[in-house]
Amino acid sequence: MTSATATLPAPLAPAARRPWRKPSVLPGFGLALGFALLYLSLIVLIPLSATFLKSATLGWEVFWATVSAPRVLAALRLSFGASLLAGVLNAVFGLLVAWVLIRYRFPGRRVADAMVDLPFALPTAVAGIALTAVYAGNGWIGQYLEPLGIQVAFAPLGVVVALTFIGLPFVVRTVQPVLEDLEPELEEAAATLGANRLQTFRRVILPAVTPALLTGFTLAFARAVGEYGSVIFIAGNMPMVSEIAPLLIIIELEQYDYAGATSVAVMMLLISFALLLLINLLQWWSARRTGRL
Amino acid sequence: MSIEVNRIAKRFGSFTALDDVSLSFPSGQLVALLGPSGCGKTTLLRIIAGLETPDAGSVLFHGEDASDQDVRERQVGFVFQHYALFRHMSVFENVAFGLRVKPRAERPSNARIREKVMDLLKLVQLDWLAERYPHQLSGGQRQRIALARALAVEPKVLLLDEPFGALDAKVRKELRRWLRRLHDELHITSIFVTHDQEEALEVADQVVLMNKGRVEQVGSPNEVYERPASPFVYSFLGTVNVFHGRAAGGRVHLGPVSLGASRHADVEDAPAVAYARPHEIEIERFSPGAEGIPAQLSRLLVVGPTARLELERDDTGGIVEAEIPAARAASLSLKLGESLVVRPRRMQVFVERADAPPAQALTLES
Repeated sequence: MTSATATLPAPLAPAARRPWRKPSVLPGFGLALGFALLYLSLIVLIPLSATFLKSATLGWEVFWATVSAPRVLAALRLSFGASLLAGVLNAVFGLLVAWVLIRYRFPGRRVADAMVDLPFALPTAVAGIALTAVYAGNGWIGQYLEPLGIQVAFAPLGVVVALTFIGLPFVVRTVQPVLEDLEPELEEAAATLGANRLQTFRRVILPAVTPALLTGFTLAFARAVGEYGSVIFIAGNMPMVSEIAPLLIIIELEQYDYAGATSVAVMMLLISFALLLLINLLQWWSARRTGRL
Repeated sequence: MSIEVNRIAKRFGSFTALDDVSLSFPSGQLVALLGPSGCGKTTLLRIIAGLETPDAGSVLFHGEDASDQDVRERQVGFVFQHYALFRHMSVFENVAFGLRVKPRAERPSNARIREKVMDLLKLVQLDWLAERYPHQLSGGQRQRIALARALAVEPKVLLLDEPFGALDAKVRKELRRWLRRLHDELHITSIFVTHDQEEALEVADQVVLMNKGRVEQVGSPNEVYERPASPFVYSFLGTVNVFHGRAAGGRVHLGPVSLGASRHADVEDAPAVAYARPHEIEIERFSPGAEGIPAQLSRLLVVGPTARLELERDDTGGIVEAEIPAARAASLSLKLGESLVVRPRRMQVFVERADAPPAQALTLES
């Protein structure tokens, strides 16, 4: 007994120094954390800081002049505007697709389920060419839209279509498991309590899938911001109209304007980071409000 | 409000869940639907609630046909086995849900909702948990909240689907007593589904025994336990020993034992099954000529005032369970492996005949 009391204070001491570290049966906290940080640095942090360093060679004045040029602003506006719109579209229709795949049994369900992943697997250039062929003025769908005055290919709308295409799997795949776990009893309980279908959806189902939906939206949005391959084929790439920011970076690189290219890249990084942070805060807030934290 | 179900049938593919079931549930009673899993009891409950549509038959509430009514219009409170609480809502909001989704014209004011929810939470003795979330509660607490939520809309009927099935034994026992007290306070017509015979017998006013989509027996707990109407009910309620034999000319022959069955005189020769509960079995040390079925003592367990014996029959190798007073066991000074004779003091005989009604109960006095 006496020997036990003598050794007790020793393991307590580090815990007191680091109150955020919970005791765990799995060893290797230091090693795991160290490796994770090193890995993140090599893969994410160092390349990104190189971007910042390169653009810093310009000096503040030139940097500001570069990123506030009308053409750059238009490109940034299009990139983030179309990405947000595509994210919202995917959130709405991705939820619908996930719902149908989970809730209904129909012939070809597995095929439809597999089809959702295609935008992941397809080279983006192929997607861009395919979408252009379909939505161009003489394409399958484009030929009916054109007379109605709706131009998809070679217009900002085309950008939204391409970004929606590549972002769809993110929403479906994040929402699907959550919907699968959602017991039908919840809906039955709501019905026995007198709730109609709309109330059941709005008050019971939607709040349950909201965190997953937000995650899916974030992923789809982030993917859309960085998308390049599929967009350049369908967008038409007219400066000030349908030119996206990643393309602008390529154009400046081709003109050996490295500092200019990294300036635009830094702007994109900052805006992306701010928006992702905002969405994360939103998620935290919604988790907090519903007692999951 | 009374409930009646008329000739309900329901199939799932090739599986018959309910086969021509007719029952009536008198107003204000607590009725248990009891049976093994897959017997159709939950399906029947869900049909009464309107969560499932029968293939045939009708459901009557207070004498009125409710078959075409939607779940929302039936005014039933339903409690699920796994609680089905809304995870993203606090306990308070869960209970308030039914009031908040009412059409604007009928919806009570916020103050009124608050008052009513707190009253209900007090009724289930959990008002101190109003601001918690379901995942912060224990299973027993969750089920009480689910019950409060169901009661909030003032249902005319309360339906509970294995309400204590997911809880551990001690909490189960507490909760079923509590449910009984609650029912005595509210007097709302209630039906609960269970596969636990002890639960059904302890809590319910009436027990409906179901098997393979049919009703086997309806009666008070005492009736169904003491006078089972079919071999199924006998073997389902409590431990029972089964003896196979033949009935012929007013006697039932069970191996070496032959018992007179005067009410059975018309049976010429038919297979018969006899049931005896462990406490109805007598034990005697084996001696040549002793009346009874010879058996060997394979297990002896003395707990408190009773001794539980497991005996292996010499003729068939089947196991017979017996319960005798511990004092009697001591005076016999039983040893494992010893040869004994087993004699049923009282048993119920069912004769299997093609033309007979499904179950014919006879009590024999030896």
